[in-house]
Amino acid sequence: MKRLLRDRRGAFGAVMLALVIACAVAAPLVTRGDPNTQGDIVATRFLAPLSTDAAGAFHALGTDRFGRDVWTRLVYGARVSLGVGLLAVLISLTLGVAIGALAGYGRGPVPLALLGLTDFALALPRIVLLLLLAALWRPSTALVIVVLGLTGWMSVARLVHGEVRALAARPFVDGAVAVGARPLRVLARHILPNALTPVIVAAALGIGNAIALEASLSYLGLGVQPPTPSWGNMIASGRDVLVNAPWVATAPGLALVLVVVACTLLGDAVRDALEPSGFSHQRSAPPA
Amino acid sequence: MLTRLAARALAGFGVVAGVMTLTFFALRLAPGDPVEHLLGPAARPEQLAAQRRALGLDRSVPVQYTAWVSRFVRGDWGISIAKGRPVRSVLGDAWPATVRLVGLSLLLSYLLGIAIGAVQAHRRGSRTDTALSVITVTLFAIPGFWLGLMLIMVFTYWARLLPAFGAAGLDADYLTGWVRVVDGLRHLALPLVTLTLIGVGGSARFVRGAMLDLASQQFVTTAHAKGLSPWRVTLRHTLRNALTPVVTLLGLSLPALFSGAVLVEAVFAWPGVGRVLVEAVQARDYPVVMAATTVSAGLVVAGNLLADVLAAWLDPRIGHREA
Repeated sequence: MKRLLRDRRGAFGAVMLALVIACAVAAPLVTRGDPNTQGDIVATRFLAPLSTDAAGAFHALGTDRFGRDVWTRLVYGARVSLGVGLLAVLISLTLGVAIGALAGYGRGPVPLALLGLTDFALALPRIVLLLLLAALWRPSTALVIVVLGLTGWMSVARLVHGEVRALAARPFVDGAVAVGARPLRVLARHILPNALTPVIVAAALGIGNAIALEASLSYLGLGVQPPTPSWGNMIASGRDVLVNAPWVATAPGLALVLVVVACTLLGDAVRDALEPSGFSHQRSAPPA
Repeated sequence: MLTRLAARALAGFGVVAGVMTLTFFALRLAPGDPVEHLLGPAARPEQLAAQRRALGLDRSVPVQYTAWVSRFVRGDWGISIAKGRPVRSVLGDAWPATVRLVGLSLLLSYLLGIAIGAVQAHRRGSRTDTALSVITVTLFAIPGFWLGLMLIMVFTYWARLLPAFGAAGLDADYLTGWVRVVDGLRHLALPLVTLTLIGVGGSARFVRGAMLDLASQQFVTTAHAKGLSPWRVTLRHTLRNALTPVVTLLGLSLPALFSGAVLVEAVFAWPGVGRVLVEAVQARDYPVVMAATTVSAGLVVAGNLLADVLAAWLDPRIGHREA
């Protein structure tokens, strides 16, 4: 932990994420009012950042086309975007660890089938799956979480599979088996805890990735539905007013970049802190 | 090598077949059908039923599936329900635009990424390295569609320099020679820059990592000990050996690149496969969705295969080890 914070990247990532999470949790304290209230639309819409409206309310990031405060929506949108990212990664981690562990430690045709499934799912263009799943059922926040979770487990499964295979050949595992531990117990108590480093790194990168994908889906109108604010649908709503109110699309995009950068840096730092020399081949691939 | 290649090709074929099957059943399981979109909200139930019968949508799903596969394999991809045009001509118009965009950005982002990564690895720990790291991490994090919007805002709306929509101007059919080429390039500029920039982040990070992994290897020390200049060691010894994982990554990143292209095409109204796919999914245009997913899965698999061959060519050990 100390090593993590001494690393400037890790410190930056952790502080940034902590700030964003704190804002999201304490949303009612750092903003005024409901993100969806619309006042006098004609009088309050498209106010530039740092302006004050007729009623005397200050808008640090301006207002959108319905006169809603962009800062308020940004903060409440953080709740949605971060929540979707966290839950989606939780699903894909669970799936990925389970499948990877079974494929790595199991015997017979099951591991082969699981590995085949993983490679198959890995070769699919993720966006095609996302589009299909998200467009075919009525878009909702829950659907986005499930869809992102179901399409994100493959890299975790690959990582866990490799680690478990390598660990299974180590003497301490033979020791556990010799003592008479059942296979599931060996897997859960002896192997998996030692295989978690790359999983933590993958989780950090995965959250950033999931948040960006949520934004992409919402941008296409297939994700979180307005008026609930998410960073993606905020960017989408700013698309049409890029000329006269560029701040509507700029602010949530910058927030998104900041959070994804923070996740990436934190992931890098965690990897270097936990395993200074090892598994450096596992560099992050471009976002899928 | 040949057997390995054949096995890979067979596996790739399996992936494409799997994508086809999955898409087909997902489409049929989901609520809503193309006939509702085609006839609109005012259609009477008997009209809907008649149209479904005409399109063969009233038969059981497995029957429809076998019928579709046998026609698809014979090259009959059907007629777009929403557009009324043959699916082959819809896709035939679209895929060159996507290949042009994705191919060029792949080339550019890897060339740039390799250059940046090599400079960073060569000057590890320096200010240049840190600055470039900050830039590549940021690029890596930027969502393509948002970067596209920002570029449109700056270059189209503010600077009024470049067009933001489509692959050619409205008057392109009347242009000839250089003027037409320039028009095409101007339209290509923003989507290409967007896709390339988001790709450079990932590839540069990977190249830097791969080269740093090699920096402590003995052959690098030997090269230094021979008295070769540092740049020569970096370029001829480290980079040369780091290229194998990079080429493998290139193949693996194709699905991601294609995904990015779908969104970037949507932002720039680029007339490619991605836009066809998004529109078709929204209209429940079964034949077009099926053909577009199959073709894109095929392109991705072919790209992976190509990367495999390239990696084996760069590192002859691969072929021997697993042959």
